[in-house]
Amino acid sequence: MFANFMAWIDKRLPVTDCWNKHLAQYPAPKNFNFWYFFGSLAMLVLVNQILTGVWLTMSYEPSGDGAFASIEYIMRDVDYGWLLRYMHSTGASFFFIVVYLHMFRGMMYGSYQKPRELLWIFGMLIFLVLMAEAFMGYLLPWGNMSYWGAQVIISLFGAIPVIGDDLTQWIRGDYVISGATLNRFFALHVIAMPLVLVILVFLHILALHEVGSNNPDGTEIKKKKGSVKPEELSKFKFHKHYTDKYDIVDAIPFHPYYSVKDIMGVAFFLFIFCWVMFFAPEGGGFFIEAPNFEPANGLKTPEHIVPVWYFGPFYTILRVVPDKLLGAVAMFGAIIMLFALPWFDRGTVKSMKFRCTWHKVNLFQFTVSFIVLAILGTKAATPLNNMIGTVASFGYFGFFIALWFYSKNETTKPVPERVSK
Amino acid sequence: MSNVPVNNGRRRFLTAATAVVGGAGVVGVAVPFIGSWNPSARAKAAGAPVEINVGKIQPGQLIRAEWRGKPVYVVRRTEKTVNDLAKVDDQLRDPNSDEAQQPEYAKNAYRSIKPEFLVALGVCTHLGCAPTHHSGDFDQFVEGVSDGFFCPCHGSKFDMAGRVFQGVPAPLNLMVPEHSFTSEDTLLIGVGQGEA
Repeated sequence: MFANFMAWIDKRLPVTDCWNKHLAQYPAPKNFNFWYFFGSLAMLVLVNQILTGVWLTMSYEPSGDGAFASIEYIMRDVDYGWLLRYMHSTGASFFFIVVYLHMFRGMMYGSYQKPRELLWIFGMLIFLVLMAEAFMGYLLPWGNMSYWGAQVIISLFGAIPVIGDDLTQWIRGDYVISGATLNRFFALHVIAMPLVLVILVFLHILALHEVGSNNPDGTEIKKKKGSVKPEELSKFKFHKHYTDKYDIVDAIPFHPYYSVKDIMGVAFFLFIFCWVMFFAPEGGGFFIEAPNFEPANGLKTPEHIVPVWYFGPFYTILRVVPDKLLGAVAMFGAIIMLFALPWFDRGTVKSMKFRCTWHKVNLFQFTVSFIVLAILGTKAATPLNNMIGTVASFGYFGFFIALWFYSKNETTKPVPERVSK
Repeated sequence: MSNVPVNNGRRRFLTAATAVVGGAGVVGVAVPFIGSWNPSARAKAAGAPVEINVGKIQPGQLIRAEWRGKPVYVVRRTEKTVNDLAKVDDQLRDPNSDEAQQPEYAKNAYRSIKPEFLVALGVCTHLGCAPTHHSGDFDQFVEGVSDGFFCPCHGSKFDMAGRVFQGVPAPLNLMVPEHSFTSEDTLLIGVGQGEA
């Protein structure tokens, strides 16, 4: 009965073939470690954001007069409104936690290197759209930090020579941030950006499945057709899309092996997520900031304007540069550096396990710099903080510059032919 | 493909012509989408001039007015403050107000029409936060200067004429909006001297 039904469908739409190609017969390296949880966790959070977002829209009022009150309405009067909102706000911060770890995984194991450059670019585009999405979403509660945060970020475009002032006015739709700005951010946040995000995620996965997953050893599991002895081949059945072109070694099908493993990751993740959501939904003032419990007030700037923690690194880079245009250039430059990472790294060995000591030191100092920048971004701009921030900014940019130099003629350890046992 | 009877020259021309016409169409369609993001007629109408009675302001006091949704600082400077302005000239980016951050009639040592009254937008020229007025305790930011404005966002500093200090993120002096006095004590923000 079911077999007949599927046969009827498959004649008209390649459902079974697609399932096999991308899940049940997709060859994934057998040595994934816990760093490989974060891709699927990012998908989980995306689904959470879309679902809770749709439900929040049902009670939210996108207008300068009604927005703040409608958030209070959701929190106090709508059944489970508080839960839906906290799922959404906690989800936003966890989205960035998961994505930052996902990116760091790629940097450790060289997953951006040839032939995965485009995969990395799609990932970076997702990151960029995610930042725009989060920034616009943060204006919607229309709290005082929403207002002034948006004021600061939109004013960044005013640094562009000649057209800057007109451009910021065009983005705001008013002489200051107003209900007009709120409404257009709402439209972009709930429709335009999510659509783009979903399409980019689709392309990211499509590109991944074309080049295949990297692994902690950075070895290739797709060998030249006919180069592997039959007894060495992976014992599993993989889709002919892969086996026609390659001999597959050291691989297991994504489903059920990694789909089940990912459930473990999801369970563990949800413990932490739910703990924060139920017991510390404000994230100690980092996920929802204190001034945002006051309505937006265009005449009163909060004592310290600090962005939400996930913008911290880039915000610190912006403000340690004592020049408006150069500060904005440095901030956007920091993101462009990440885009160009596959070309800064001229090495051929992927995993840091087999790369030179310099690389390990460099990656370590980059990680420290990034965390220091993030922490400083949420603190006041005192002279000492600015000094530390300057050093950390040099660390951030220095990572890429140094990488470009030593990766050309790097002394590496021999990379094993096969995934380590 | 090579044996298919096609006229490549004609095909190329038609492809190019279609692309050009289609491109022009896209540009045309983009106009309303981009144009709708400009300030609406309602937003523009809300930018009407604001009238303030400055007679009640005490010497040294700052009051905030709202014009076009932006805070406007009106300060009644004491005689000492006015006399002290020139002392910090060498620490400023633009002590002579060469940048067009004020109307012509306010391009003087006090950046105002009357030396006593400073009228400036309370909008930091860095990224648009509202600088705070420090009266008497500004020397924590600039040694030996008792009064000034400090922006809490990124630490930009301005003197009592809204002139920006060196070594801070803000590139320009605070904006002095068009303003005029319609009588001894009545300040009109949004209409310039001699315009109305």
